[in-house]
Amino acid sequence: MASENRPLSPHLQVYRPQITSILSIIHRLTGVTLAAGALLFACWILAATYGEDAFAFAQRMLGSWFGQLVLLGFTFALFYHLGNGIRHLAWDAGWGFEMDKLRVSGWIVVLFSLLMTCVTFIAAYTAAGGT
Amino acid sequence: MVEFMLPANSRPTKGKSHPAAPGATRIKKFHVYRYDPDLGEKPRIDTFGVDLDSCGPMVLDALIKIKNEIDSTLTFRRSCREGVCGSCAFNVDGTNTLACTKAIDDIKGEVKVYPLPHMPVIKDLVPDLSIPYAQYQSIKPWLQADTPAHERERLQAPEERAMLDGLWECILCFCCQTSCPSYWWNGDRYLGPAVLLQSYRWIADSRDEAAGERLDELDDPFRLYRCHTIMNCTNTCPKGLNPGQAIGKIKEDLFKRR
Repeated sequence: MASENRPLSPHLQVYRPQITSILSIIHRLTGVTLAAGALLFACWILAATYGEDAFAFAQRMLGSWFGQLVLLGFTFALFYHLGNGIRHLAWDAGWGFEMDKLRVSGWIVVLFSLLMTCVTFIAAYTAAGGT
Repeated sequence: MVEFMLPANSRPTKGKSHPAAPGATRIKKFHVYRYDPDLGEKPRIDTFGVDLDSCGPMVLDALIKIKNEIDSTLTFRRSCREGVCGSCAFNVDGTNTLACTKAIDDIKGEVKVYPLPHMPVIKDLVPDLSIPYAQYQSIKPWLQADTPAHERERLQAPEERAMLDGLWECILCFCCQTSCPSYWWNGDRYLGPAVLLQSYRWIADSRDEAAGERLDELDDPFRLYRCHTIMNCTNTCPKGLNPGQAIGKIKEDLFKRR
């Protein structure tokens, strides 16, 4: 076919990021993050079965500044994926396709996930006794 | 296939610069994608200075002015210049729209005009639309009915006719089709928002008797279900239609008949 020699017009390179596509790609990225996070969670539980030293090591790793940063990301991913998952359920039920509703529901999901991440971390630090 | 980068032969280079005529005061710069199949060169981005004081209000007016006064080789499709033919669909200022209904004043800064995204380019702003047209043909976009029409035409109640509002207005400009990342990555097998909206236009038509077969054809992991409700389609439609919702209704119809 002649079109094989034809150049492909620019796409990602020129398409301005849209609220619609950004929220969508975050949904997919948080989904991947959650899968990786589930592995991390499994490692943590496995460490407990290996004995006291292994579990203490896992605790130390997750409690380090880097570990806490990973947990922060995981928590955000969890709440974002949950919130946007509900948005997807609403679409499946036929609700919320209009552009104004899409914008509002999208921002609600972003605020919800940020807020819940903060609430979770405040609760966790409080429970841990402020360490 | 997901390929974030453009193939080597498709990456635009910096092209020629055409300053506005001397004496012009209100100058707007237009960066326009150029590709000439006869040159054997990569695509390039040419820059044109346009004097807005002697130019019409729309992006299409500027393109026509460039073609008339600066570079007559600039190639693009246009016809009605009032948003009903769907010819002058380009990527303007980062989103897909009709150049004839997009006001230059609505664009902040310099104006970028590219062909519809992720399409083979024939020349300059003219993409090869054979694939979406073939996909449109594949959904049999005509009335199918076995029962003979009893009177002169097939009648429809006003409520039944109202079901087609928001669907019949589609002018097949393919702005939505080429705004969809799913269509970019799977355009060979996913029908895309424009074609699915057209398909739903016939499914929703009370006079059409082939809704069952139409839904059978669409019940496919690629043809329909590559839609992940990204909703770039609805966001970019220059006619204010809602292809994302039409696809949602097809999915709902398929679910209901299970």
